[in-house]
Amino acid sequence: MRYLPHTEEDIGEMLKFVGAENLDDLYLTIPPECLRKSEFNLAEPLTEWELGDHMASLAGSMAVPPAYKVFMGAGSYEHYIPESVAQLLTRSEFATAYTPYQPEVSQGTLQAIYEYQTLVARLLGMETANASLYDGASALAEALLMAIRTTRRSRVAISRTVHPSYRRVVKTYLASGGYEIIELPYLKSGKTDLTGISSFDGLAAVAIQSPNFFGCIEDLKPTGDFAHEKGALLVVAFSEPLAYGLLKSPGSQGADIACGEGQSLGIPQSFGGPGLGMFASKKEFVRNMPGRLVGMSKDVDGKRGFVLTLATREQHIRREKATSNICTNGSLCALAAAMYMASLGSAGMRKLAELNHDKSEYLKDKLAKAGFNLPFSAATFNEFVVEFPLEFESTYERLLEQKIVAGLTLEPYYPELPNHWLMCATETKTRGDMDLLVEGIKS
Amino acid sequence: MTEFPGSIGLILNEPLLWEKGRKGRCGMSLPRRDVEAASLDGDLVGEPPDLPDLSEVEVVRHYTRLSQWNFGVDSGMYPLGSCTMKYNPKINEKQAARQGFAAAHPLLPSRLTQGALRLIFELERLLAEITGMDVVSLQPAAGAQGELAGMLIILAYHRGKGARRTKIIVPDTAHGTNPASAALCGFQPVNVKSNELGILSPEAIAEVMDEDVAGIMITNPNTLGLFEENIRGIAEIVHSKGGLVYCDGANMNAIMGIVSAGDIGVDILHLNLHKTFSTPHGGGGPGSGPICVRNYLEPFLPVPRVVREKEGYRLSVDFPKSIGKLLAFHGNFGVMVKAYSYILSMGSELRKSSQLAVLNANYVKERLKGVLHLPYDRPCMHECVFSDKFQREHKVSTLDIAKRLMDYGFHPPTIYFPLVVNGAIMIEPTETESKEDLDLFIDALKAIAAEARDDPQLLHSAPTRCKVRRMDEVEAARHPCLSG
Repeated sequence: MRYLPHTEEDIGEMLKFVGAENLDDLYLTIPPECLRKSEFNLAEPLTEWELGDHMASLAGSMAVPPAYKVFMGAGSYEHYIPESVAQLLTRSEFATAYTPYQPEVSQGTLQAIYEYQTLVARLLGMETANASLYDGASALAEALLMAIRTTRRSRVAISRTVHPSYRRVVKTYLASGGYEIIELPYLKSGKTDLTGISSFDGLAAVAIQSPNFFGCIEDLKPTGDFAHEKGALLVVAFSEPLAYGLLKSPGSQGADIACGEGQSLGIPQSFGGPGLGMFASKKEFVRNMPGRLVGMSKDVDGKRGFVLTLATREQHIRREKATSNICTNGSLCALAAAMYMASLGSAGMRKLAELNHDKSEYLKDKLAKAGFNLPFSAATFNEFVVEFPLEFESTYERLLEQKIVAGLTLEPYYPELPNHWLMCATETKTRGDMDLLVEGIKS
Repeated sequence: MTEFPGSIGLILNEPLLWEKGRKGRCGMSLPRRDVEAASLDGDLVGEPPDLPDLSEVEVVRHYTRLSQWNFGVDSGMYPLGSCTMKYNPKINEKQAARQGFAAAHPLLPSRLTQGALRLIFELERLLAEITGMDVVSLQPAAGAQGELAGMLIILAYHRGKGARRTKIIVPDTAHGTNPASAALCGFQPVNVKSNELGILSPEAIAEVMDEDVAGIMITNPNTLGLFEENIRGIAEIVHSKGGLVYCDGANMNAIMGIVSAGDIGVDILHLNLHKTFSTPHGGGGPGSGPICVRNYLEPFLPVPRVVREKEGYRLSVDFPKSIGKLLAFHGNFGVMVKAYSYILSMGSELRKSSQLAVLNANYVKERLKGVLHLPYDRPCMHECVFSDKFQREHKVSTLDIAKRLMDYGFHPPTIYFPLVVNGAIMIEPTETESKEDLDLFIDALKAIAAEARDDPQLLHSAPTRCKVRRMDEVEAARHPCLSG
């Protein structure tokens, strides 16, 4: 096997040195009753070429662009990834390193993560960002736990317009602690109904997503005002960070914590993972933050360098008193996001965000003109909800035959919204693609 | 004199991203605009984000230079204990990057994603075979999230029986994530000391095991690199009082095909695909932390699960007793592709890779015994733990030894862990290191031990051949500067 360098001669010499007769003897300390009795039922190793054929056939069965036109977002977005970013990520000095516990041989990862933290903080308008968490959903769960720790309160309010899967993950993380989760309803506009908040006391946080699951842009400032009046933190979640190339940032609207999914920033969709948990907060809460942080410092010669810092929050130091159990996070995905943001730049990100908005507005407008109902009136970014007639299901199937995926049905997530579909158009969809989709739906 | 891999090399300086660039540059090809600009309420629109404006070549050079200051498995031996820094095969990267996998939307109808669903299903079966457990969920994003899933399953199991158990037994040799994960689920960790042999004794467990204890978290092989020989007896004690046995499988690389976790009383086990199954660690993730359970705990596994039916594979959330979801979608699929490729490439040779990992560790242990202090002098599994006891008399510490190893061209071992060994030096060579490289590493540590005796200042001022010298970590924590 090409990954195992030992020759028979090496093995013989080494066994002799350690005083073992054969390889099985190395396990003499394991009591016989603990040794595996059953056969190790694995196939013969595949050659590199056989593996390639097998994987090509598995991958070949997947419905992916460019053959398929996928008009579906819902937390996973198709965006172009520059080849430069894709190739830089294959630098194995980044990819094959461990968590940078030894700063002198990890300055590459450390400076890159420090830069990532900075770019994330700037994009979100926040003071401090961490080195990453797993994904948007678990980041929101961690944010609510952080708010609970910070305020020493035990109930949180979360909007029903937050991604349904994120809410499900929040439930998983919070359930065992006995915390109460209150769901806030939504208005006819597609935005969160805030009027209920004032009737709840003892809230640790109000969590809202913008753009929300329906694609609608929420009113963050009034939400923050409601939250702060009750002594709660404003937690702003997101699944499409590219929107902040165009929209007011969560920080500028009073967010105490901003967190969400960073997949849009140069990370392949990869059937849903790995993604990137982006996480930022006001500076005053930093000692309560989950996850790793990289800080700038100096070496003994006074030369600038970077280290992991504030580790006393973390499990390897504080054990059961840590702010989170997280260890391995999403470092390489954070690097991808930093490379992507650096490639786009300020003006580039604005232009790309505008293009996303304008493309989806084009599609929205065309569907409206074709006579379909747009149930929510709030402004949207690159996805929106449309109501189709009852028989749309068969149209959807027919379009699949033409390799068009016409959005996501909302009914499994919102039973009160039958025949409502969530449609997404990013920069990857041409005018021609969208015309074809609308023609297909109409006919 | 022996030649070592370390050298000063070509270390170029590189400013921070925002110290470079000019307004008006852009490093990405922006897609063509083929629709008109649409209006958006001005109240919603913010200032463009304050990002640096760079050309493509500036971005490429920036990250290429940064990468050169890093040490990875591809740079050289990386004997970081408990982290299993084995070689990450190149071909697996190509598999994960295939368009069919990388560009797949997670919510596509299942008949359009049969390849990915089959891969998940088969990888679950393969991991079940390797561990000897019954059922596997690949959803957890990393080991710690696997632990969280495991703790939630234990909680749900007891609640299902109408019991409220509040404590979890955690040995003093455990990874920090163990007590942190238990606490996250509201459990109170009960610390248990390992015995003079470095393992747990059944008596110590019997002493703390009662009807308030929901289970035990045990790492086997443990973080001293020793097999927990009493595992079956311990499992019996825990089971007899109604508790469950959770095994942290971070060290599975020692025992693939040798020990079947299902046979020794383990109820729940997590794996780290980024350790045992060769997926790159990425400088701190992404990883994948599958959770493996016995049949009777299957109903509690996270959803969605991949199920196989006559028509093919599909995702199902129809498991009412499930602990719920841990991530927005189905887990770190990109990592799974690499681990699956690795297992198919290794096949039945996985058993041999465990044997060679153990051989390498024992070889290092035997050759360094006497050079460094070996607190538990017994045959080890995949890693061995030394201490700085001999060097302390020259005022040289574990940290000094670790830093000096960098000058010799090696990544240092894990240091100051496990906590039960004062000044621990935890070496895990892995099976992908050749005898020549092990010999070079051993010679380097011998040379360092001689330096510690003859010229300790050399060690105190190490490293001298890296991008930076020793960093001021105290100041970094006292006055945190976390963004620029």
